[in-house]
Amino acid sequence: MNFSDNHLLSLVIWLPIIGGALVLLISGSHRPSVARWSSLLVSLLTFWVSLSLWTRFDRSGSDMQFVERQPWIDRFNIEYFLGVDGISVPLILLTTFLTIIVVIAGWRVIQTRVAQYFASFLIMEGLMIGVFCALDSILFYLFWEAMLIPMFLIIGIWGGPNRVYAAIKFFLYTLAGSLLMLVALLYLYNASQGSFDVLVFQQLPLTSSVQTLIFLAFFAAFAVKVPMVPVHTWLPDAHVEAPTGGSVILAAVTLKMGAYGFLRFAMPIAPDAAHELAWLVIGLSLIAVVYIALVALVQRDMKKLIAYSSISHMGFVTLGFFVFDTTAMTGAVVQMISHGFISAAMFLGVGVLYDRLHSREISVYGGVVKVMPMFGFFMVFFAMANAGLPGTSGFVGEFLVILGAFSVSGVYASIAALTLIVGAAYTLWMVKRVIFGGISNPDVEALKDLDCRELGVMGILALAVLLIGVWPSPLLEVMEQSIANLLAHLEITKL
Amino acid sequence: MISNELIYLLIPLSCLFAAIGAGFLGPRIGRRLSHRIAIGGVGLAFLLSCLVAWDVFDGGYFNGSVYTWGVVAGVKFEIGFLIDSLTVVMMVVVTFVSLMVHIYTIGYMSDDPGYTRFFSYIALFTFAMLMLVMSNNFLQLFFGWEAVGLVSYLLIGFWYERESAIKANLKAFLVNRVGDFGFILGIAAILSLFGTLDYSEVFAGVHGVQHESVTGPFGNEWSWITLICLLLFVGAMGKSAQVPLHVWLPDSMEGPTPISALIHAATMVTAGIFLVARMSPLFELSTTASSTVLIIGALTALLMAFVAVVQTDIKRVVAYSTLSQLGYMTVALGASAYSVAIFHLGTHAFFKALLFLAAGSVIIAMHHEQDMRRMGGLRRLMPITYLTSVVGSLALAGIPPFAGFFSKDAIIEAVRHSEIPGAGFAYVAVLLGVLITAFYSFRLIFMTFHGPSRVDEHTRTHLHESPWVVTLPLVLLAIPSIFAGVLLVGAVGDGSLLGESVVNVSSLSDGGHFGALEMLSHAPFSWPFWLAIAGIVLAWIFYSLRPDWPDHVTRRMKLVHQVLLKKYGFDELYNQVFAKGSQSLGHLLWKWVDQRTIDGILVNGTASLIGRASTLFRRSQSGLVYHYAFVMIIGLVAILSWLLFR
Repeated sequence: MNFSDNHLLSLVIWLPIIGGALVLLISGSHRPSVARWSSLLVSLLTFWVSLSLWTRFDRSGSDMQFVERQPWIDRFNIEYFLGVDGISVPLILLTTFLTIIVVIAGWRVIQTRVAQYFASFLIMEGLMIGVFCALDSILFYLFWEAMLIPMFLIIGIWGGPNRVYAAIKFFLYTLAGSLLMLVALLYLYNASQGSFDVLVFQQLPLTSSVQTLIFLAFFAAFAVKVPMVPVHTWLPDAHVEAPTGGSVILAAVTLKMGAYGFLRFAMPIAPDAAHELAWLVIGLSLIAVVYIALVALVQRDMKKLIAYSSISHMGFVTLGFFVFDTTAMTGAVVQMISHGFISAAMFLGVGVLYDRLHSREISVYGGVVKVMPMFGFFMVFFAMANAGLPGTSGFVGEFLVILGAFSVSGVYASIAALTLIVGAAYTLWMVKRVIFGGISNPDVEALKDLDCRELGVMGILALAVLLIGVWPSPLLEVMEQSIANLLAHLEITKL
Repeated sequence: MISNELIYLLIPLSCLFAAIGAGFLGPRIGRRLSHRIAIGGVGLAFLLSCLVAWDVFDGGYFNGSVYTWGVVAGVKFEIGFLIDSLTVVMMVVVTFVSLMVHIYTIGYMSDDPGYTRFFSYIALFTFAMLMLVMSNNFLQLFFGWEAVGLVSYLLIGFWYERESAIKANLKAFLVNRVGDFGFILGIAAILSLFGTLDYSEVFAGVHGVQHESVTGPFGNEWSWITLICLLLFVGAMGKSAQVPLHVWLPDSMEGPTPISALIHAATMVTAGIFLVARMSPLFELSTTASSTVLIIGALTALLMAFVAVVQTDIKRVVAYSTLSQLGYMTVALGASAYSVAIFHLGTHAFFKALLFLAAGSVIIAMHHEQDMRRMGGLRRLMPITYLTSVVGSLALAGIPPFAGFFSKDAIIEAVRHSEIPGAGFAYVAVLLGVLITAFYSFRLIFMTFHGPSRVDEHTRTHLHESPWVVTLPLVLLAIPSIFAGVLLVGAVGDGSLLGESVVNVSSLSDGGHFGALEMLSHAPFSWPFWLAIAGIVLAWIFYSLRPDWPDHVTRRMKLVHQVLLKKYGFDELYNQVFAKGSQSLGHLLWKWVDQRTIDGILVNGTASLIGRASTLFRRSQSGLVYHYAFVMIIGLVAILSWLLFR
């Protein structure tokens, strides 16, 4: 056993963070190409290391794997405690994979403060992976909050005209939610007689009223992050102002942190309250699926439309969690991964157009496929994936959630299945107005089709979406045992 | 020695590879090679399908999985094939019509810039349709179902610069999605009742759960089987364009004509019929569901036939005729005559593809003019197109001994013997439908090919018969349009065509006159025959003998004419309620809830409240010593007063 075997998770977390710092150091502000290449190298290396998490993960193991445990702040019994299960492993891979995509996508587009831009993403990558690995709640909280800083900078520095408003709104919104979580963690510290161990919290007996309060405190933090209706209004603003890479990471990974929080904290720590308040979460999820889809329908800005679409898709995730059914929960986790790829691709697509014409208004475009046939192909493909067409990853999650929800209640399933209609409506209506049609804008006439770099990025995402859609089995196998454990745990009352 | 499994796998995959080849390599390898790849792939699929059909009618059968898609909660989701007689009938029909359309496309699309893309799409369509009909489980069925919908979407919008085309394809996709909404819930219901999505396991378990019921949200009791059948039928209504989800099919004519023939007449739209036939063990157990199917089918058959009478666009006449004929098939399903429905599906595929391709041949000759009022007298200039059109129309009208006669008569017989609620209405509807069908199909023949020419000068000089790649498929399709009925009716009657793959209801073959000779000899003594003759004679009077009569009638019956021209107002209603309604609702929610309430009052309201409060507090901290001293004095006075006077 060498170092990398015992410290695989640390390696995946700290490699990009230290790498990001090094990128800043060695390239400074004068040598942007050094920054680009070194960032690419770091992200590739991180992905390569994270791949061994996938290959070496024991599918039948029911405990946390790759565990690392060191005392950190003895006085408060805070530990450096990492570990992953079958739910976090795919999320880590999603993060490391998409960071490569983001680095490549920002290659030529970012011309100011290049080193800082790439460093922010690399550091954020490490912090996000930290969130998915941390099993000490203070460590988790640190990663969770620290992640806000690079994202705040990304929106605030490389963002659009209204970036400062969006950045502050994003920051305060999520911070307000997180503070309640901190209160809950401190309460649990006392209740467990001095431990911040998440696994200890999960076993801790709690009375009904305490569980309700704790659940609501976590709910405040995670619902904002997911985001759920009605605390979703930061997301459209943040997306519209963020640079393309920021939108990609925001939609593909950051939102998943909220959903992940439900699975790791809110539900297992307060299982009785989770059952008790399931109606609330399910209600809000169903509202998200339908209400947000209707709002998405009337958006004039492509990024806003996709942002709303994300909220609607995340509604499926929370719905899948709170019907307490294996099929639905599996579907929800698949949906998290799938949405990561699809939303990333959709935002990159909008970025491709924005880089050329500096507009995201739907009405500016029309007939794009005539001058950009390859781009048109990919956009129609990803739009179909977004609408949940079978054979793409978008279908797998939605299908399983609907199947699972039906076994609990036909009404939930029926409302959720409305996404088949409204989801297709807003996505394809946008495609109709942007990609198809006659060209009326002379600027569109002059558009150039995808270059090799863009083609590669789109192509690899399309392959991922197709692969999960046609053969989701490997993904399902990784998460199977962990989901079974979680659901078994949720059935045991803590009262 | 090639194993059977490999052949089964090769049939859809050869089409998929052809689609990928023609699509991605098309721009580089050129047109000729692209269409060779596509035709080669589909041709291979056709030959292999025939081979498999041979084997199945020899007693072959296959039901097995190809690979495991995923395992969730102990349920295995698999991709696999079920090869029985129903499957091979569909496979042969699909690949044959597809091959004809591929050949025809060489001529029809010859000067279109999207030539290779077109071949890629139709080969992809053939792949998806084969996956649909060969499936042995609901997951793959749904995959094929949606994939044909995708290709249909792409092909209706093939000429993407036309606003009408991209409107039509969006509409088609969304209306189909309304059907899929029911379909996916039906699949979910099947999974929760049977715990599997495999056909054979579902059918094996069906008698065990026959009497189980579920309580609906409003406290009403539903039989599980009825619920499942109705939900699945909603899906079938979307794909097979049954009233009230029929609105997308007429607009789908915006796509190139070969597509109207292949997808929107012969194959894809019959997927719903196939679905119900495949699910016959379920539908047989629910009279409520069968009755619903019967009534919806009868409504579609009759109402759409009426609309066809007032259309002037040659393709739209054929399109409404398709809707009406799909209604006939649905009626057969409702009457439990599943094999008859598939029989009509097959004959209809041949003669309707023929009629569409013939219409396409006219359209290219007319330089993309589709209005029959500007045609007339084409029979001398386009003899092959004319003759094959007449064959197709005779088959459609149900004149013996053409194919349509046998299949349509079998449907009418089945309805006559049916005793489920609604059968009386359906019987009247299908009989009346025969008259109208004959009338509109010969209206088309007389308006297009007979009488004086109304073609404009410029076009007339260029008018000539279409090239052989166009006429060859017409002739090849005319052959089964004549003979398919006479050859197959016996096998349908004694149940040997589809064997055990659908439920056979024995009362059907006892009561009816099945067998080619019996049916032919019985024809002159039956209503349908004379109704069809009457329809043709009426069309001849109105559009050949006295061409001024239609205008008279129209003037007398203005209201009826308007209602039919407006297609009963479905489009306007849906547009106002669903398209406009959801947009207004979306605007309302966005502006008032998202922006004004959540963002305006709660989020930014909190921020500005804090802002205002701090402005207020800031004033008190002016930094001037005498202000502070003044406040201190006031405070001191206040405290002293309170102490003294309390």
